[in-house]
Amino acid sequence: MSAQTWSPKPARPAPANTVGFVGWARENLFATKLDTALTLLCVTLIVYTLEVVFGWAIIDASFSGEDRKACLKQVQGACWPFIDAKLGQFIYGRYPEMERWRVDWVFAIGALGLVPLLMPKVGWKRANVIFMLGFYPLFCFFMLTGGVFGLTPVDTTDWGGLLVTLVVAITGIVGSLPLGILLALGRRSELPIVRALCVAFIEIFRGVPLITVLFMASVMLPLFLPDGVNFDKLVRCLIGVALFSSAYMAEVVRGGLQAIPKGQYEAAAALGLGYWKTTRLIILPQALKLVIPGIVNTFIGLFKDTTLVLIVGLFDLLGIVQLHFTDSSWATPETHITGYAFAAFVFWVFCFAMSRYSIFMENHLSTDRDKES
Amino acid sequence: MTDPVIRISNMNKWFGTFHVLRDINLQVAAGEKIVICGPSGSGKSTLIRCLNRLEHHQEGHIEVEGVSLDGSMKNLESIRSNVGMVFQQFNLFPHMSVLENCTLAPIWVKQKTKQEAEALARQFLERVRIPDQADKYPGQLSGGQQQRVAIARALCMNPDIMLFDEPTSALDPEMIKEVLDVMVELAEDGMTMLCVTHEMGFARQVADRVIFMDEGEIVEENEPEAFFSNPQNERTKMFLSQVLSH
Ligand SMILES: Nc1ncnc2c1ncn2[C@@H]1O[C@H](COP(=O)(O)OP(=O)(O)OP(=O)(O)O)[C@@H](O)[C@H]1O
Ligand SMILES: [Mg+2]
Repeated sequence: MSAQTWSPKPARPAPANTVGFVGWARENLFATKLDTALTLLCVTLIVYTLEVVFGWAIIDASFSGEDRKACLKQVQGACWPFIDAKLGQFIYGRYPEMERWRVDWVFAIGALGLVPLLMPKVGWKRANVIFMLGFYPLFCFFMLTGGVFGLTPVDTTDWGGLLVTLVVAITGIVGSLPLGILLALGRRSELPIVRALCVAFIEIFRGVPLITVLFMASVMLPLFLPDGVNFDKLVRCLIGVALFSSAYMAEVVRGGLQAIPKGQYEAAAALGLGYWKTTRLIILPQALKLVIPGIVNTFIGLFKDTTLVLIVGLFDLLGIVQLHFTDSSWATPETHITGYAFAAFVFWVFCFAMSRYSIFMENHLSTDRDKES
Repeated sequence: MTDPVIRISNMNKWFGTFHVLRDINLQVAAGEKIVICGPSGSGKSTLIRCLNRLEHHQEGHIEVEGVSLDGSMKNLESIRSNVGMVFQQFNLFPHMSVLENCTLAPIWVKQKTKQEAEALARQFLERVRIPDQADKYPGQLSGGQQQRVAIARALCMNPDIMLFDEPTSALDPEMIKEVLDVMVELAEDGMTMLCVTHEMGFARQVADRVIFMDEGEIVEENEPEAFFSNPQNERTKMFLSQVLSH
């Protein structure tokens, strides 16, 4: 029997009407009668919504003016001059106008440190982390509260608006992740007392509304503390928010820990790695990557929950917007909705950015590495 | 015979109420190659996992390189870094490259510098014949390649003893040989090896002793020639007839 030679057939291009935009549309939008009907329905809805939003926000809106008179047209859309006039309040609260440059510096340095930290390609990560977690918080503290280096003291009761929202949210985010990781590890610990304490902490904080935590932190806590020991109200809120979110974070992280196969622990142990090294080098990098969506979800929830600090008399962005509805020189039928739309938009920008960044990170980390060993 | 590096005497282990290892006695000399076989559930894995204390025994005595394994041990990590282990499921770290898998323990347990560890790792990757895969991730390799990385990873700690728990059972037939070849070479270099496997060809070729276990006991123990050609125990005969028939 003589050996036959076999060679693979050359690949041919796919038929023309199955590729490119036409192919895509045929397959995804108009494949069946039902698909076509749904496509048309959705397009109609989108067009209608855009029309309403654009009409309100742009066509019928007022863009300039000094007071309410600018926003009393027959058909009145958004009252943007209200936002324009109050923007300083919305960003800084009652922070003295002369001192607002200090807040600007805090924002600017924060952005300058954060952006390279978030970009995987940029080096110097260790230095950057030390800068952002070591130097930057101190910088913010002295810059914002003042009283040193010739800076006028500014009481935290004068802080407000976006400043408070960001301070509470970022402290909460930075505090809740490490705390949540420790709680999650503790909950899986082999030491019964550690485990019991962590379970109790998590279940208590998850079982009560954030409003209660804030209220207790602000009103009840001072009753327990000895006279003279007095925390700043903002600090108490920061602690309350961080503890509250860390309970949620712990459960998210625990989900990731549970997904790591036992073999990973055994392989690490067999190589002589102890508990902390195994956790840090083997387990957490894999577990945290798995739960990035859950972590970011918690961050987003936390960011929006900062609005609840209003309950203890701190004015975050939403609080301060609402506060200015009572200004009679801007009393128009559209003031409320414009203010809410503005606040909603600012919140959305931050939350959407976090969401997109998490998707980016997931993709970045999954490249070529995801197939199980 | 030189001083044994592993001494197990009257060792018993229970999982809860289940008596999984019963009165195990075994001594292994330096450089000796032991193959352990037996039916599923007979306690083979549990036995070798007791040797680096992935499992704790409740009764009896285990001594590895003169150090007795018990609850009061302080230097568990140092024993573990002298006893390499290769698992059925490879258990590579999927978030690290092949090279990082191999350098991790030398750096973090043996305090080697990154350069030293990498040089060592490349040397062992060469030895298991995959020097060109160093920068890939485990998920990008075939099963046989992954298992060879796992062997290299264990060797990077310069262990005196190597434990293998069915290293070829999760592999396609084509890949079994490439892993066994590496293990044969390792045996020829004089490594002390305890190997749970049903690869009887491998046992014939390298083993100094074959151990047959059933129901948590060592039923029979002999040199490979005698073990395969002239098993003493009925249970062993039955097992061998099943294993060797295909
Ligand atoms: N962690 C555990 N808890 C309880 N029982 C266990 C545990 N690990 C193993 N066992 C039981 O102990 C017995 C011995 O298990 P072992 O894994 O040592 O068997 P084996 O000889 O390696 O079998 P196989 O060839 O299937 O790998 C089995 O009956 C198993 O169900
Ligand atoms: Mg087994």
